[in-house]
Amino acid sequence: MSTTPKNLEELKKELLDKMPTKVARKRDKAIVPGAESGETIPVIQANVRTIPGILTQRGCTYAGCKGVVLGPTRDIVNLTHGPIGCGYYSWLTRRNQTDAGEDGDNYIPYCLSTDMTENDIVFGGEKKLRAAIKEAYDNFKPKSISVFATCPVGLIGDDIHAVTRQMQEELGITVFANSCEGYKGVSQSAGHHIANNQIFRHVIGTDDTPVEGKYKINLLGEYNIGGDAFEIERIFEKCGITLLATFSGNSTITQFRQAHHADLNTVMCHRSLNYVAEMMETKFGIPWIKINFIGAEATAKSLRRIAAYFEDPELMARVEQVIAEEMPAVKAAAAEVLPRTTGKTAMLFVGGSRAHHYQDLFREIGMETLAAGYEFAHRDDYEGRHVLSTIKVDADSRNIEELEIEPDPVRYNPRKTPEQIKALEDQGVRFKVYEGLIGEMKKEALIIDDINQYETHKIIELMKPDIFCAGIKEKYIIQKMGVPLKQLHNYDMGGPYAGFVGAVNWYHEIDRLVNTKVWSLIKAPWNDNGPELEAAYVAD
Amino acid sequence: MALLRHTTPEIKERSALTVNPAKTCQPIGAMYAALGVRSCMPHSHGSQGCCAYHRSTLTRHYKEPIVAGTSSFTEGSSVFGGQSNLLQAIENIFTLYEPNVIAVHTTCLSETIGDDLRQISQKAKDDGKVPDGKHIIYCNTPSYVGTHVTGYANMVKGILKGFAKKTGAPNGKVNIIPGFCEPSDMAEIRRLCGMLGVEIVMVPDTDGVVNGPLTGTYEMFPNYGTTPEEVGTMGDAAGSIGLGRWATAEAVNYLDAEFKVPGKILDLPIGLQATDRFVDALRKMAGVAVPTAVDFERGQVVDAISDYIQYLHGKKVALAGDPDQLLPMVEMLLTLGMIPAYVVTGTGGKLFEERMNALLKDVPYPCKFKNGEQADMYLLHQWIKTESVDLLIGNTYMKYIARDEDIPLIRHGFPILDRMGHQYFPTVGYKGALRMIEKITGAIMDRMDRDCPETKFELQM
Repeated sequence: MSTTPKNLEELKKELLDKMPTKVARKRDKAIVPGAESGETIPVIQANVRTIPGILTQRGCTYAGCKGVVLGPTRDIVNLTHGPIGCGYYSWLTRRNQTDAGEDGDNYIPYCLSTDMTENDIVFGGEKKLRAAIKEAYDNFKPKSISVFATCPVGLIGDDIHAVTRQMQEELGITVFANSCEGYKGVSQSAGHHIANNQIFRHVIGTDDTPVEGKYKINLLGEYNIGGDAFEIERIFEKCGITLLATFSGNSTITQFRQAHHADLNTVMCHRSLNYVAEMMETKFGIPWIKINFIGAEATAKSLRRIAAYFEDPELMARVEQVIAEEMPAVKAAAAEVLPRTTGKTAMLFVGGSRAHHYQDLFREIGMETLAAGYEFAHRDDYEGRHVLSTIKVDADSRNIEELEIEPDPVRYNPRKTPEQIKALEDQGVRFKVYEGLIGEMKKEALIIDDINQYETHKIIELMKPDIFCAGIKEKYIIQKMGVPLKQLHNYDMGGPYAGFVGAVNWYHEIDRLVNTKVWSLIKAPWNDNGPELEAAYVAD
Repeated sequence: MALLRHTTPEIKERSALTVNPAKTCQPIGAMYAALGVRSCMPHSHGSQGCCAYHRSTLTRHYKEPIVAGTSSFTEGSSVFGGQSNLLQAIENIFTLYEPNVIAVHTTCLSETIGDDLRQISQKAKDDGKVPDGKHIIYCNTPSYVGTHVTGYANMVKGILKGFAKKTGAPNGKVNIIPGFCEPSDMAEIRRLCGMLGVEIVMVPDTDGVVNGPLTGTYEMFPNYGTTPEEVGTMGDAAGSIGLGRWATAEAVNYLDAEFKVPGKILDLPIGLQATDRFVDALRKMAGVAVPTAVDFERGQVVDAISDYIQYLHGKKVALAGDPDQLLPMVEMLLTLGMIPAYVVTGTGGKLFEERMNALLKDVPYPCKFKNGEQADMYLLHQWIKTESVDLLIGNTYMKYIARDEDIPLIRHGFPILDRMGHQYFPTVGYKGALRMIEKITGAIMDRMDRDCPETKFELQM
């Protein structure tokens, strides 16, 4: 193992050396340096097909659609149309916490599937799907049923949209389908897009019942893993901000239906929900801003940004008061761990957003990020949204539908005039802007898209981080190497990590991980010693 | 408020909808079986979501690294076939990860489009993508047929097809196909065979692979699992024993048909009688006497039953799981004087019904059981809501029923996502039987201690 710091080219060479030439050429484009202090942001290759056999972290379109975006809504019955596996593996495995509220509808603990068998593959599964929707309705009487396609559905040609249209008519509830076959696109990302389209097409803005409350906003791309959304809800309530809908942690279909009454959309996970943000702006005139509630400073900044948007001194004062109330506990927790965490190093390879957001939390306890990357983010998440117009949709993603949105003839209502937007931008409230990951990382850092097992192993050897953040598939591999792994998908059953309470939880958790005794116990006491014969004294 | 609050006792006939399944799909069983071959990289020929899900589930169950490759189908390959994906994958895996064996299984995707694994594997060899001395083996595991148990069975057969040979020189060994059980169970089966002095070849063997140590060095292919060379001797064995019909019949029958190795299919040795049958079969097949050390362990189980049966007699149990696990478990519960009131398994097969009817024929309680389609935990829960039970036995998904209905749960089977132990401690053999009795009495007694009036609270039990 080398201990001298290496430059990007040297590191890259070591990462790619062993790969077949064609593979190395592809991977070369997916590895770039950071550009924190004003360097030109490099172009990174992202959202392209996975190299077969490379041992990717990635999942599929169904996971992005059902597992991530639509699964967490508690009062929609989610029905997987496919063989049993897809429904089974997405059953309670993401930690979208849910408060069933007063109405009590909560289908999260249920896994519903058409459980397709050979017969259905041969003769088609539409009949079974129709019957399953009816049986789901008879058993649960839900407000809505959402159907999810899996790999074989598209291949055998089941028309799930026709079936759901019919069943919607027959049952008188919202029934809609998602063509999220696992092979579509190149990752979970396609599934996000499909889910955005279908929730927008069938649900958002379908209930014009006015919603009471001041400073009405939606929170987009927040899934309440480990109770993150609960903490954000707590902060909003304290600030007097009215949260209409969260997409989709701890959410209900009614909230989605009424989401068009909000005056601002705030986007947490840009990758998964930016489509809805854009479409809502076009159709209803609701502007969106990027926010981040991961990190205490980031939380304060995001609250100030929301307050600035509403241009109401009362809200601004309230937000400052809340920040002032919450910060002392955060600062105290940070001060407690800082002596033990300062100077430690981290690597983050997570989904499509957290690899960026969590760097703030590490910074707050004096830890530097050596390397980071996403499984399935696009170039705009890496380089910033200004590159959107230069992104070419390749053959593998071309078939993911883009909805053509027009302003709603009745409901379109621009919340701000162009002049107001301009004035706000001058004050630093930036709309439809996301700067991306690369511009916030050091020049010496390594940014790797769709990292694979081989590269993971190598960079740990080469750069020796004190902690590695990824998911369950990586966790025990990396811990076998004696490096603690913090899961940033399921939080290792911890959390929340969002907001002020979350920051305190995080500081303690990282302190525990990088300083726990177990890593010093890997070697047995006799590992460095040959045979010894103390017992000889006894024999004397 | 209940977690499964929408479950009511009223049972509505279902013919199309499965709710809270007591099974999952084939490829995860195949992936698990492939891990029981030394230096073997399981490979999922389909879109990558399956592989990610299967790896994640096995990882959550074992808290151990589970690696596998995937062909990462795109829409193009789904229409035109996945040959080039698999060829690329084979080259990349051998170059980067250097396993000795790649064991390919399929998904509903590659099965629906009809990719021919035999032809693609041959092409990989012809194109020089398989280094000298390295191997590709494969099996078909369509997710829309059978369950994860079927996938396990298919991969075990695939391993045998890949490596088993007959030289014509009998080696006197016994082939053991241990079924879909834990690495700890496989280790215990090996130990028991060792006590009898029976030489065996066991495949697959995941002991040491999915329950390994933390050493500071990650070994993608630990020095455990059955070697291809060992599997290569299986055609010369004196006989084969398969433990669990659903998981092992394919393999046992293959060895018989292909190499004339006589086979015997038994239950997984869970509980006293099933272990007795296993030991007796070993005794006869290898022509050995059972040593007193085995009698001693057996006697401890009989002793424990006689000591504690008073607390268990008449207690009702609801179970969900795989048929190979459930049948001997039901038999053991009956031995303990307990009543297997409700049993479901998503895995089909008429034999389950026959065996259950035989086991239950003298039970003075209207026990209910169902297997195959719609035999799910939703149905099990509805039965429980109609008339409750004293104990649940099943995988982690049962904890929702356990909490809602306030019934103790013993975690058994696959997957266990929220407790440790299954990796390290067996439930098979006499030792495993003792452990199960300990768990069952512990659960029942904890509940007695919790629920009894203060006047009835006892120091001794």
